[in-house]
Amino acid sequence: MVVMQKLSSVFEKQHPDIHLRWVVLEENVLRQRLTTDIATKAGQFDVLTIGNYEVPIWAKQGWLDAMDNLPASYAVDDLLKPVRDGLTYNGKLYGLPFYGESAMTYYRTDLFQKAGIKMPDAPTYEQIRGFADKITDKEHQIYGMCLRGKPGWGENMAYVTSLVNAEGGQWFDMQWKPALETPAWHKAITYYDGILKADGPPGASSNGFNENLALFASGHCGMWIDATVAGGMLFDKKQSTVADKVGFAPMPTGSFKGAPTWLWSWNLAIPATSKQKEAARTFVTWATSKDYIALVAKENGWVSVPPGTRVSTYENPDYQKAAPFAGFVRKAIEVANPNGQTAQPRPYTGAQFVAIPEFQGIGTQVGQTIAGTLTGQTTVDQALKAADSATQRTVSQAGYPK
Amino acid sequence: MRASPLQRLFAAALGWTVALVLFFPIFWMVLTSFKSEGDAIAPRLLFSPTFESYRDVFARADYVAFALNSVVISVGGTVLALLFAIPAAYSMAFHPTDRTRGTLLWMLSTKMLPPVGVLVPIYLLFRSAGLLDTRTGLVAIYALMNLPIVVWMLFTFYKEVPNEILEAGRMDGARTLTEVWFLLLPLTLPGVASTGLLSLILCWNEAFWSLNLTSAGAAPLTAFIASFSSPEGLFFAKLSAASTMAVAPILVFGWFSQRQLVQGLTFGAVK
Repeated sequence: MVVMQKLSSVFEKQHPDIHLRWVVLEENVLRQRLTTDIATKAGQFDVLTIGNYEVPIWAKQGWLDAMDNLPASYAVDDLLKPVRDGLTYNGKLYGLPFYGESAMTYYRTDLFQKAGIKMPDAPTYEQIRGFADKITDKEHQIYGMCLRGKPGWGENMAYVTSLVNAEGGQWFDMQWKPALETPAWHKAITYYDGILKADGPPGASSNGFNENLALFASGHCGMWIDATVAGGMLFDKKQSTVADKVGFAPMPTGSFKGAPTWLWSWNLAIPATSKQKEAARTFVTWATSKDYIALVAKENGWVSVPPGTRVSTYENPDYQKAAPFAGFVRKAIEVANPNGQTAQPRPYTGAQFVAIPEFQGIGTQVGQTIAGTLTGQTTVDQALKAADSATQRTVSQAGYPK
Repeated sequence: MRASPLQRLFAAALGWTVALVLFFPIFWMVLTSFKSEGDAIAPRLLFSPTFESYRDVFARADYVAFALNSVVISVGGTVLALLFAIPAAYSMAFHPTDRTRGTLLWMLSTKMLPPVGVLVPIYLLFRSAGLLDTRTGLVAIYALMNLPIVVWMLFTFYKEVPNEILEAGRMDGARTLTEVWFLLLPLTLPGVASTGLLSLILCWNEAFWSLNLTSAGAAPLTAFIASFSSPEGLFFAKLSAASTMAVAPILVFGWFSQRQLVQGLTFGAVK
């Protein structure tokens, strides 16, 4: 977004009749701000940045304009298919992606070498635990495993959901009964709690994506499982002190081999209340186009181009050279199922989230309860019991259970 | 009673410790703003200072426009609050009724509601009135937000003024307006000044309403800081530079008006 803002002067030169005014906000503030505005139909914005969680929900409400009749030069089929599918509601696109991600495992090759261990091509959670125990060296502030612990549906619960899916669990059964007090959740949370207490950094319950990124980049993490976008920053010598010692592997698997899948995208969308729809559309198609990616590459180098949106980016030899993880990320996104995948059938969609409006509230509340186990406030059993009944209450009030 | 040298030394040490603890985060912020992003992650004291972050911040956002909005909105909100609070506190201090106490408590109780509770109603009102993203809208909100505190503070200052002085004025034929302007205000000037200063600082630092009710046109410095707390990695150095620039004006202002502030806040504390 910061890069886009900087480069938008090029757009304004090309379109002298369109003037852009930017409001840049941090994720949580952004959500609150946009939801207030769009739900009250106040129409303060002509272009919105929203995630693939919001796009189908808001499209269903009639809050967004469909992105149909795109010009052929836009090459809509060049957008990665899982990402495109995640933005489609009733056969129409409602947002155009400027950034896409899946998740993977990052590890420190030098620490692995020192401990005499090797990261397998497809690690399992059991192996990962063994590795973490081996490389943890708390005296030198080296922590074997860093994971998201900061409460929030898009923070710790994104990771926890993927872990639970990997162990064969899910949020709801077909009757919308919460499935949190199950062996699968129990196993997943016990693992999460155990590995972070034994091998995690102090105060793990306040670490989100950004905090873990800083910890890994400054050499304090042995392994880290998180979004693929971190690759671009960890391999960048300007931002990372361990740029030449980063290895990567897929997300570990558990007992259910069809999971985990992880898919997130940030997109530009046009609210139905916009009074400048034509100009908005001109900008949105510019900022997500092939030409824009080429412009970023020219200005900032290929390693900084927006990842996870277009096939053509990944097929570009310059990008492959600048970003050694590129092919890996593309594969991770392409095998990601935008609807998610769990061991048992379920009534909802979503990979590392549940695609219902209530999930923001549910996810954040359960996230706080789970974080409570890390700080020692509750046991895993107590936390899951409380989380299950809180979730039950919310979905009953919303009228989901049949 | 005179304190022994040891006691005085202890008091001085305690004072300095508290001051340093309070000041440390600001010091660290200023220090970080001169680091490169790489140095900013690691808690190092030694580094080669750079203006890189300041250059980036200036290149990305129009600081002057944000700062101007902050000044206009804070001063406007404070003046408007004083305009309503001075007569209100006057009438409550010198012409109390049975319900004055209750009214005062009720006014204060409005501060106990978390602002987010009324976000949607206010947002709808602002939308209908066309006040979203306008300085006028924020001036009104800030005035309302600070009104209870301003009234309370002025009320306690006015209570210190002997009613006889005002009565003497009235004997000489002063009308209410003259009485407030020529007698009450000069007598309580330090109090009014410190109330105004406090309100100004509260307005300057307010971040909830300014973030939610503005977008591009009327956004003050709090929105400027927020735009540097980005979701794409941590940029501590830039964030620190932006914050330093945002707090600098009010900090300098605070230093200059320190005497009034302390004088006003302790006004009448020692009889």
